[in-house]
Formats: sequence, C-alpha cells, structure tokens
Amino acid sequence: MTRQGIEDVRAGGPDDAVCGVVPTHVARPRDTETLGRLLAGAAERGWSVAVRGGGTAQDWGGRPRTVDLLVDTGALTWIDHDAGDLVVEVGAGTPVAELTATLAKAGQRLSVDPVRAGGTVGGLLATGVCGPRRLRTGTLRNLVIGMTVVRADGVVARSGGRVVKNVAGYDLAKLHTGGYGTLGVIASAAFRLHPLPPALRVLDAPLPSREAATRALAALRRSTVVPAAVELDRAPGGRSHLHVVLEGTSAGVEARADETVRVLGAALAVEGRGTPGDGGTAMARGEGHGGTEDATSSDRAPENGVRVTDRLPDGWGLLPTEGTLIRLSVPPARSAAAAARAAELGDAVGTDLRTTGSARAGALVVAVPPGASAEVIGLLLEGLRSVPEWSATVLRAEPHVHEAGVDLWGEVPGLAVMRAIKDALDPGHRLAPGRFVTDRPDDLREEP
Amino acid sequence: MTETAHPIPAAVAALVPRLRRICGGDGVLTDASRRRVYESDGLTRHRAVPGVVVLPTTAEQVTAVVRLCAETGVPFVPRGAGTGLSAGALPHPEGVLLSTSRMRRIIEVDPDNECAVVEPGVANLDVSRAAAPYGLYYAPDPSSQQVCSVGGNVAENSGGAHCLKYGFTVDHVRGLDVVTPQGALLRLGGKAPDAPGHDLIGAFVGSEGTLGIATRITVGLTRLPERTVTLLSAFTSMDAGGRAVSAIIAAGVLPSAIEMMDALAIEAAEAAVACDYPAGAACVLIVELDGPAVEVEAELAEVVRLCASAGAFETRTAADADERARIWKGRKSAFAAVGRISPAYIVQDGVVPRTALPEVLRRITELSAESGIRVANVFHAGDGNLHPLVLFDDAEPGAAERAEEVSGAILDLCVEHGGSITGEHGVGVDKACKMPRMYSPDDLETFDLFRRALDPRGIANPDKLLPTPRLCGEVPGVRRGAHPLVESGEAEQF
Repeated sequence: MTRQGIEDVRAGGPDDAVCGVVPTHVARPRDTETLGRLLAGAAERGWSVAVRGGGTAQDWGGRPRTVDLLVDTGALTWIDHDAGDLVVEVGAGTPVAELTATLAKAGQRLSVDPVRAGGTVGGLLATGVCGPRRLRTGTLRNLVIGMTVVRADGVVARSGGRVVKNVAGYDLAKLHTGGYGTLGVIASAAFRLHPLPPALRVLDAPLPSREAATRALAALRRSTVVPAAVELDRAPGGRSHLHVVLEGTSAGVEARADETVRVLGAALAVEGRGTPGDGGTAMARGEGHGGTEDATSSDRAPENGVRVTDRLPDGWGLLPTEGTLIRLSVPPARSAAAAARAAELGDAVGTDLRTTGSARAGALVVAVPPGASAEVIGLLLEGLRSVPEWSATVLRAEPHVHEAGVDLWGEVPGLAVMRAIKDALDPGHRLAPGRFVTDRPDDLREEP
Repeated sequence: MTETAHPIPAAVAALVPRLRRICGGDGVLTDASRRRVYESDGLTRHRAVPGVVVLPTTAEQVTAVVRLCAETGVPFVPRGAGTGLSAGALPHPEGVLLSTSRMRRIIEVDPDNECAVVEPGVANLDVSRAAAPYGLYYAPDPSSQQVCSVGGNVAENSGGAHCLKYGFTVDHVRGLDVVTPQGALLRLGGKAPDAPGHDLIGAFVGSEGTLGIATRITVGLTRLPERTVTLLSAFTSMDAGGRAVSAIIAAGVLPSAIEMMDALAIEAAEAAVACDYPAGAACVLIVELDGPAVEVEAELAEVVRLCASAGAFETRTAADADERARIWKGRKSAFAAVGRISPAYIVQDGVVPRTALPEVLRRITELSAESGIRVANVFHAGDGNLHPLVLFDDAEPGAAERAEEVSGAILDLCVEHGGSITGEHGVGVDKACKMPRMYSPDDLETFDLFRRALDPRGIANPDKLLPTPRLCGEVPGVRRGAHPLVESGEAEQF
C-alpha cells in the first residue's frame, strides 16, 4: 500500500503557478474528508501546500518559497441555505457569483462587495479584502459565523457554528479570514445573511478639492441618512468622486437621497468662496452655487453636480486586475488626505495612481499601474507608512517587485503572537510558506 | 468565617511585596475579608476566594503584574465589573485576581473618526454618555450596561438586546492594547480599520480572559438614529408570536430588537412591576425599529400588519422615550420578577436557529410538564437566543438536581437543533464541561493549540472555556433571588 492520502494527484504546469511558482503536484479533493486525507498525506511527505479557488488571487500576498502541492478547491462546491434563518453554509470552492445568485432567489445576500470577479468563497475569505459596502453590515470578518478548516496535519476542525449569536469557543474563523491559507485550508464557512434591500440609490458627487472632500465626508458623518457605502474614487489626474450608496425601501431611499443631495450640496457649495483645490478639474460644476455659508440653510437643494441613479457604477468594488495593489488603512477622517497624499507621492515618482475605497471607514486601496518599478513601489510604501496610525500593505505585487525583496507588510503589531499561532497550527511552516507576514523573508533571517 | 479560613497560599504570598511595589500599597488586597468581596461574579453558585487581589491603574502595572505571574507560574484571573454570568471571572484560590476597576478613564471621544478610546474598567453606558453630545453612542448594550465594563465586554464579546441589528462587541472594537499571558504589551489596531496581519483583535474579543488582558480599547461609535419606535404585540399563543417573528424576518425587515416573553414570564413581570401588558396574553413580542424616519415609518406599518396577520389581538406603538420605557419595563424586569415567584432559578443561555424556535419551545413545554419543573421563557427571539428560567424551590430535596436536568436538557435541545450552548453569557467555568456537546475532540484540541500558543504555561484564567478533567465533575450554576447588583439597584438584567 502506498502512503496514505494522496489520490488523484496530477503534475502541476505553468497555468497552476502561484505568484510564478509552479507546483509539483495538483489535487482536487471531492469533499472535506478527502481534503483531510490529502493534507495528512502531504504532512507525511513534508510537502508545502498552497490553495487555489477561482485562481483570481494566485498573485496576491507574498511569493511562496515552494509549492509541492496545490489544492484546487474546485470540487468543494455546495450551498446549504437556511433562508428562514438568514444563514448559509458553503463549500470553499463555491464561486461567489453562484452563491450570490442562489441567495438572490430567496431575496437575500451576503453583504460584501467582492473585489475580484470570478473568485470563490474560499478565496474571498483567505484574502479577506472586500469593497466599500461595509458601513451597515461590516466586512467579511463580521459576517462569518463558522468555519471548517483542515489543519496542516490533516485534522478537520470546526469553530463557530450556524447560528449568528454564539460565543462558545474561540472565534478562529477571524484568524483564517485574511490569513492566505497559512493557518489551515478553508473547507467551508457559514455566514450571516441579510435581506436584499428593495431599493437602491447611488449618489455620485464630483469633488473639486481635497478640502471639499473632507467637508463632504464630515457632513455625511453628521447626517442620519445611514449610507451602506461612502466610496471615494480618486482617479489618475486628480478627478475625484464620492459615491454614496443608500439601501432601503423605495420611499425611504428616495427621501434619503434628497437629504443626502442637500447635505452634500451644502458641503460642496462652500467651495465657491475660493478655497484652493488640489485637483481643480471638477470645479466648474460647482460654480454658480452657494458662495456663502447661507447655502447650508437653503431649502432648495443645491445640485453641485451631484447625480442620483438607481444602480451601482460599472465594476463597483472591483480592483484592477493588473499592477500593484496597496491596501491603505487610515483613521477615517483622514481618508481624503490619504488619497491626496498617495497622489502626491505618485506625482513625485511620476506614476498615476488610483485610490478607491470606503472613505467613511478609512479603508482604501491604492492601485499602481503595471510596470511600476520596485523602487517606485518601495518609495510609495515608505511615504505612506511614514504617517503615524496609517498602515500600507501590498495585496498584490508584480514578479519584479517580489524579486527586489520589497517589504510587502510594513510594521505589523502583534507579529510575534501571530508567529506563535503559526508555529502552533503549522509547526513545519508548510502552508504557503512565504505568502503571509508570519514568515516573510526578514523574519526568517532572524532564525539561526 | 475568620481570616485564617483563607490564608494566602505561599506561592502567592511570596509575590505580595513585589505586587505592592508595582501597584502601590492600596493596590494590593490581602485581607481575607476584602478578598472575599471578589469571590464570585454574577454567577454566584461558583465561589473561590482569590489568593490576592490587585487593582492596577496603568497598562504598565498590568504588564508588570502579568510578567511576575509568567515568571513564577502563578495563575491570574482578569476581572472587570464582575457582572458575568458564566463564572468567567471566578478567582483562582492560588492565583492573582487582576481587577481593572481602577482603570476607568475615557481617554478620548473622537467624533471625527467616530470612535472612543477607553480604559477597560469604563462602564459600557459611560461610553455612550460621553459620546452623546456628538450625536453618537456605543451600540453594544448588554443588560448590565450601567455597570459592566468595556474590558469585560471585550472578554465576553457581549451583545445585548440590540445586537440583532448592530452586532456584538467584536463588530465594534477597532483597537486593543493587550497584555499577553507572557507579559508582552501589544497595541493592535487603533482608529484605522483592518489592522495588518492576522485579525488578532477578532480572536482576542470573546476569549474570556484566557489570552490576556485588554488595557486600552478603541471602540467604534454609531450615529444616534433619527427615529426609534417600539411596538408591543400580544398573542394568545407562543406559536402565533413565533409566526410573527418569522414573518417579520421573511419580509426583509431588520428590527434593532425582537424580544419575546411567555405567559409565566408575563405573569411574573405583572406581579413585580405592574407593566400593564394586554390581559390574557400568552405571549408578548417587543419589536424595536430604528433608523432614518422614512424607513422606520415604512417598516412599522409592515410589522404592525404582519403581527396582526399572525394573530396579534392587541398591538401598541410607543413613539417617545417614556412610552418606550413602559413597554421595556416588563421585559427588563423579567429576571428579577421571576425571582419573586420562585425561591431559586437557573438562567439558561442557549441559541437555536430562529426557524427552530416553535419546535424547541414546544419541547421545553413538554420537558416542563414531564418534570413538574416550571420554565419561564424570556428571550431574544430575533436571533434565537433563549433565556429559559428554570424555577425550583431549593428547600425541597432533589429539586435543584431536577432543575439542572431540565436546564441541561434544554441545552441539548439547542445543540440538537444546530444551535449553541451559549449566545452571550460565555462558557467560563459554567459551561466548560458542555463544550464537547458542541465541538468534536479535534475542534477542542485545535482551540487548545491556539490557546497554548499564547499561554504556554497555562496561567491566564485557567480552567475556563475549555473542559479540563479537574473541572468537569462540577455541577452547573444555580442562582437564588436576584443578582447582587440588581438587588442593590446598580444594574438591570434582562
């Protein structure tokens, strides 16, 4: 008898590469138990293991040092939906689009905006990044209520459950969410769901300047319209827009949209007094309105170019599929300043950046066009990380950036504890070695 | 009892001079009479006099105390306000009880970043009070919120009546300073979201003091809603009330709270506080809606209609704070009220999928009938979190044991229906032995691997949360009368 666990393994090829590293073997387990046996077999052989879901984030995170076995979750596709309980449990390989379609039939949704098209639920969890609609229902970490994970040694372990309210045991799903599969391979997860809102309004406000953006965000914070998303989109060249998403009943969103137009209009109208803009290209639309602070008490909604539609902009929430992506987290009141700072840094190195994300939460992503040199990426990161309380981590880098050894993570408080957890759950550091901060190269150098 | 009944164990006594140097003379309690004040938390069935009590005032002092424990292998137990209901803060007789009660500063309210930075001993409600001038509040609202501490909320991942819509403590914590069991002071997260690396904040919240002590907490604040409406609907059966709950959820309405009481709970509340709920109600439902006024209006009309079609014979709507308080009065008094109609009772805290509520409630009624043990049901219906109150007379031989059997059987029902053994009170000592009902040995071993990664010597709140052979011969908790803090008027419980 051969050693246990390894069945139906094929040889890896260039199409299977993880950050450019071609795996030796590829396996596609048909269920959680098979996945458990597979990982037990890999453990026995001392194989390094990486995971692929939809293959949309194979170039995210650090580059693995080796991949002996690539686990393809493509067969772990099942959906167990308890519509009455607003709960779903899903196999990790389930495409997010399929889950969304199934839930929509019951008038429900998993309330996150995926940042990649074509991904799976497991990939969504392992990368842990989601888009701007996070203000009412939180992010992925707030919606995962249970998870089944196969450990590095092949043991299948579950935490949480299938009820929303549950404080029994440690919430290990939090550690796996955004953990790039380095603490275990996610086999399935249970989520809290929300009803699909009957109506939607999206306000699109051009922002003539960084000051206007800051004022508009402050005015929105003080209002009680309860947006689902407040997204800042600062495009190359300095054109900035604010997208405010309102969800609710049809009568409700209509009235809230009117109120939001008024709030934004008043905040943007002050621009007429001549505050210098840092972009200025959208100024023209603001002219002719306001000009004094009286505008704030005007009962006639100042439009200031604010458009209201009933659909999300094309490509809502999706991140560019090429180039370097930097996740920039800042105290929310600094969002506009952070986008401006990123642009200044980009200008200084001659690169056009796009910064998008939840301005209300302070959760931004800076997209650098493909081909930017490792030096440019390094300078951007240095500039962003030099501000206290900001953190900048690289979500995706191009091969030459990996090769140059750019620090993708920056300072990570609690790293020693994270490494202790890694050592406990994956003592051989075989799960995606090098892909996450717990074994980035500079840490390995410390070891004897 | 004399002081000599609780001498300080030698290993702890050896630490006292150093503890005094760290926390000051008045920050270390050694008198047995003063230590005994800390012998239990809200679950008074479990008692142990701590070896020594320390009352640090700074993170540096907490760090130094924990380092001393780590160096000597002496266990420590963190304690907030002591309102917990799972004996999670039960002292270790040969350990240090570390109370955060002197760390009560609200360091900052930052309306621009919609957050507050507080020390762990700050009372939950005081955060909302400090935030109110800015039109903000701190959403998690456990029933003990007047006294329970934010640090304790972090340890227990506290919810509250309104967590149906607003989530639990973990959904609101953005930053934590933590002293780990090995004595490292970490600053995780802060005002910015999505701290880099693994989500240690997410794993730490709800870890019941087994992974260390939070010394500084950054919590997100929520804008006060434009409109809040509370509605009370009366039904002639629990089934009808349950149908209304399902219909509300199915209609896509997300109330901030849905609470339910059965006939026995209503009877007790009437006797205690004359809450004047509709006569003849076998079930009342309290539904609270909040948000933008236009949305609340639309949802209110829908909820009233759904309750009527589910069979409500009377529905009252409260629009102002006084009327709302009147509706909530009966619900909030329910636990204490039950204490008046029964000499003793056990509060259970199980969770079932919402759709299993009618079936589970019927089974509880059957269990009650078979055993002759009365059970009053008061619970958070929106999220299936049951708080059955199992009533008995502790003067009657064997009654406590029979009540415990019923209480345990209710938990089994919850697990059988795919639920949880605890929705908000925590595992603590009380349910550590019940963890195997919900988790497999592999699941539990994984929890333990994680715990030992942070606490290799096993000194942080040992014998809590996970089953241990030493622990699992003990009986679950029984309460007599009201919680001491409820009795003294310092807290409500519901």
